[in-house]
Amino acid sequence: MTTGSQTEFETVIGLEVHVQLSTQTKMFCGCRNVFGSAPNTNVCPVCMGLPGSLPVVNREALRYAVRIGLALNCEINRYIKFDRKNYYYPDCPKNYQISQFDMPICYGGHLHIPVGDGQLKKIGITRAHLEEDAGKLVHAEDASLVDFNRTGTPLLEIVSEPDLRDPQEAYDYLQNLKLAISYLDVSDCDMEKGSLRCDANVSIRPAGSTAFGTKTELKNMNSFKAVRAALEYEISRQHKVVLAGEEVIQETRLWDENKLRTASMRSKEEAHDYRYFPDPDLVPFTLADSEIEAARTALPELPEAKFQRFLKDYALTEYDAGIIIQDRGMADFFESCAGIFDDYKKICNWLNGSVLQAINERKTTIAQLDISPEKLTDLIKKVDDGTISNLVAKDVFLKMLDSGKDASAIIEEEGLAQVSDEGELEGIVDALVTDNPQVVEQIQSGQEKAIGFLVGQAMKKTQGKANPKMIRELITRRLSNG
Amino acid sequence: MSIITDHDVRYVAALARIHLKEEEVGQLQNDLEKIIGYINKLKELDVSAVEPTSHALSLENVFRPDEVKPSLAHDKALAIAIEQRDGAFKVPKVIE
Repeated sequence: MTTGSQTEFETVIGLEVHVQLSTQTKMFCGCRNVFGSAPNTNVCPVCMGLPGSLPVVNREALRYAVRIGLALNCEINRYIKFDRKNYYYPDCPKNYQISQFDMPICYGGHLHIPVGDGQLKKIGITRAHLEEDAGKLVHAEDASLVDFNRTGTPLLEIVSEPDLRDPQEAYDYLQNLKLAISYLDVSDCDMEKGSLRCDANVSIRPAGSTAFGTKTELKNMNSFKAVRAALEYEISRQHKVVLAGEEVIQETRLWDENKLRTASMRSKEEAHDYRYFPDPDLVPFTLADSEIEAARTALPELPEAKFQRFLKDYALTEYDAGIIIQDRGMADFFESCAGIFDDYKKICNWLNGSVLQAINERKTTIAQLDISPEKLTDLIKKVDDGTISNLVAKDVFLKMLDSGKDASAIIEEEGLAQVSDEGELEGIVDALVTDNPQVVEQIQSGQEKAIGFLVGQAMKKTQGKANPKMIRELITRRLSNG
Repeated sequence: MSIITDHDVRYVAALARIHLKEEEVGQLQNDLEKIIGYINKLKELDVSAVEPTSHALSLENVFRPDEVKPSLAHDKALAIAIEQRDGAFKVPKVIE
């Protein structure tokens, strides 16, 4: 059933993602490229735009850009230049930003997003160009304060085609874009630190129309969820505007995370007239085919391919594989484990369970966690052969992380091995039967479930060490013998 | 033969943050007319066989390695600030 206005419109979304490249130094000068320094401590005449200073391209930033471009299935331009984008704003000390206008380093790429039922949709990437980041502005009551530490940080701006049709697609695109880039060791991709930022262009048009409606540009979203929420709000706002017989105004709107709405920016920045022209301070550069091919060969297996391979080679579920590949380190760890122990599902359960939980709680990474594939599979084997229960294993795992010891040592030192000695367990069962006459009566009158209570008591008495299967058998045998 | 209008002069002046006196607008209109006229003269040349150039020097691929160089001392960097606060350059408020 389709009713109401929502179905009469189609949404068109395009995203601009800025990725800060994690080079040691800035794009055009040797100042350190780090987050969190005291204001204006990583600045020099070049990034402050002082007269007489000259920018020189950071070779590494160029390599990073090519690496990202190739991972996003882009063509790489062989001849590239930088241009000046002119604008007056206090975050930009030169009054122009060095960017790339008509010869971006990467163009014509794409990325896939899931659209249900295992189907993928191809989202075009128009271009990705190198540029320098602007400074940071803090707006006080009476003034704006400028910190130029970020000025000149290498950025790759990745522009999607207007192929996204709803906020969820935009969200999925961002997830997959971030995931692909995170495999390349070229950026933190940390939205909280601003090393990954996203602006969204959105418009609506009558369903079936091919012309674009007037778009608004949304800024100030601090998470992918915020991008999705801002788009949802903005689409509904545009619907209302159009249905009221008014026109959508082309403008920049800021997302307000507290009020959960977008509002016109009303900045004092002049109307956009960037007057791009080639930067005379920077000579053009060329990339050799051999260099690009070498970069292509050096690419790691990308998440999409890894996901498919994990389904095929390890028969993982889409759910399990989907979690494992979210982190390249985790995926590598999984494969190392799989080389030692062949119950892949059990490895997955551990990684996506206790291991992931420990990583999140300790705000760390799999690489920094004191656990190796050998140690983890060793622990899983201890559960498999009945040495310890799964419950005890979870505890042993945490003790392994804290002490760096292996599972056997902890099990031995703390006497955690399951008690499977029949004589010892019989003694425990005898005591329980004596102490719980009512429960025994219930069991004998056919209430099988009451056995569970006695098993639980046995586990409690032995701090989880009793072999629960044997306890159950012993109780049943004991009571049926009268 | 007015290619440059009074409005063009004021617009370009605004983009360049130049404050013009009234009498300067007419004067600049004349100057810009002459410059654009000269460019139009150049446009008569047939350059269809010439590669566009973005740079006068025949230099390419000038790079630097990704190595940290000392930055300016903080007080030196801020010495040029007209006003400062909390280690930052203080400027008139730019957002409402």
